[in-house]
Amino acid sequence: MNNNKSELELAHLHEQLRSESVAGNGLINRRHLLGLGLAGAGSLVAGNVLAADASGLVIPAWSKTPGRELSGYGSPSRFAAGVTRLAPQPNAISPGTGASRTPLHLLQGTLTPNSLHFERHHAGIPDIDPAQHRLVLHGMVRQPLAFSYEDLLAYPQVSRTYFLECSGNSGANSGPTAADNSAGGIHGLLSCAEWTGVRLSTLLEEAGVTPEASWITCTGADAASLGRSVPLNKAMEDVIIALYQNGEPIRPEQGYPMRLFVPGWEGNVSVKWLTQIKVTDGPANFRDETSRYTELLPDGRALQFTYSMGVKSVITSPSGQMTLTRRGLHEVTGLAWSGSGAIRRVEISADGGRTWADAHIEENQQALTLTRFRLPWLWEGGEAILQSRATDTAGNVQPARAAWVAMYSPANRYHYNGIQSWAVSAQGEVKNVYA
Amino acid sequence: MFTHKPTAVLMFAVLLGACASAAEDSPRLGTPITEAQLQGWDLIVAPDGSGLPAGSGTAAQGQAVYEQKCAACHGMQGEGTPGVPALAGGSPIATPPLMTAGSYWPHASTIFDYVRRAMPPLAPKSLTDTEVYQVTAYVLHLHNIVERDFVLDRDSLPTVQMPNGGNFIDRSQVQR
Repeated sequence: MNNNKSELELAHLHEQLRSESVAGNGLINRRHLLGLGLAGAGSLVAGNVLAADASGLVIPAWSKTPGRELSGYGSPSRFAAGVTRLAPQPNAISPGTGASRTPLHLLQGTLTPNSLHFERHHAGIPDIDPAQHRLVLHGMVRQPLAFSYEDLLAYPQVSRTYFLECSGNSGANSGPTAADNSAGGIHGLLSCAEWTGVRLSTLLEEAGVTPEASWITCTGADAASLGRSVPLNKAMEDVIIALYQNGEPIRPEQGYPMRLFVPGWEGNVSVKWLTQIKVTDGPANFRDETSRYTELLPDGRALQFTYSMGVKSVITSPSGQMTLTRRGLHEVTGLAWSGSGAIRRVEISADGGRTWADAHIEENQQALTLTRFRLPWLWEGGEAILQSRATDTAGNVQPARAAWVAMYSPANRYHYNGIQSWAVSAQGEVKNVYA
Repeated sequence: MFTHKPTAVLMFAVLLGACASAAEDSPRLGTPITEAQLQGWDLIVAPDGSGLPAGSGTAAQGQAVYEQKCAACHGMQGEGTPGVPALAGGSPIATPPLMTAGSYWPHASTIFDYVRRAMPPLAPKSLTDTEVYQVTAYVLHLHNIVERDFVLDRDSLPTVQMPNGGNFIDRSQVQR
């Protein structure tokens, strides 16, 4: 077995790990793990690829010939070609309408590459020439103004890292039966990027908002001319006209040449291809803030203008449709976020919520961004239900699925933030369940 | 326009104060434009009727437009087709709930606004304002909200009472 631990040694290590348990069914205290010098999971593997190959290492072919030429715009390795958005079939009735999802279960860290940022369009992606595009600021202002793209590039800009989540994200889990799907397939209307642009307050100040104003109503230049209303106090607080996404001009799918970016709020209000901001004394009650993006309650009434995204987390590995192929130490990891502040705490359970352990998160988490959490887990071939539960700095705690379901009509699919349960079978198959 | 009421001036000063630091280094490159230049470009119609254009239409007139341009997807009686929402019938408290323009939408203005800016999906903004009034009247009539000969225009549209209008709870200032 070359450098691998013997079966006896491995059994002894697992015995040691069990003694460091912080919660039921194999969750291990990370600090104790480091103390034992066992952080490298490979040391616990009984027979890996290298060990199985009795011959020595050879210098590979790519080390013996020059590689390919440089390129103007990079692309992933062909061996990572499977890391793509989860895109639907084209919509024949309403072309360009639909959503593609970020493959959360195939990514690490917290930033979403621009090519993998989720999409939600209501009439396709317009091909906008920035030289002809105008942003008009009018309504209850002293001086209506028009800005060109070039104008805005000359303004002072700010860069902030924010998550963006569609109001309908994870809505599948509000349904009556748990769909067999991946973490990205269920929760992938969620991405995180560094957004750079001009503070909206700077432009509102230039136009001069009049005293009776209390809202802005915004529309995009897509074929749906999608519109949303935003209270003026939020518009003045932290809303930006985003021009750059992770350092490059924002992608057409994200609103090129410019989008509204409303931190922490449901993605639909961050109007893409932004062309109009009309300052008003009330909301416009657009289709997408009345018919859609309102939450039906059990008594038939509905919540309107629920903007902030609730505190939420999801384990991205192990997660739905994955299979654990070896027993031993695994890292449970995932993402947590809240529209009401930073993530203060993430707890993990491996026994369906009976016992919980604090996951490790980096210190000094920023508000309104994604937080990565991790915790070691010793899987010895038994059944398990993995869950995560986030708490934000405002004190909000992610609800159990049943508690969330009880708050709304069965028809509601918006603002779902219930706890995700992944069942692990004795064969290592991971599946979405309600537990 | 800017008023000189003391309270109004104070409120404006508060708004200015919130962004004073950003404003100091603003190049102020906006080009003045007039509301008259935005006629025909600004499509926003609010529940109070602001933004409604000249023109009028009835459900009787709208039936032909609807059958030609809407019914293929939304159904002859607004019942919807697979993948396309119903426009009339149902109720948010039925089992299962059915949230249509007639049964759920809180404001008639939203129908006008949405049809004019986004419908039909293959040719948005192709209907004339008169056609939008006519189709809006017809959609309202499908749910028996207005009579077949009710004249919908910029004065009458804001007076239309939607059946579900009182059932929305404004959360705009109650964020978590």
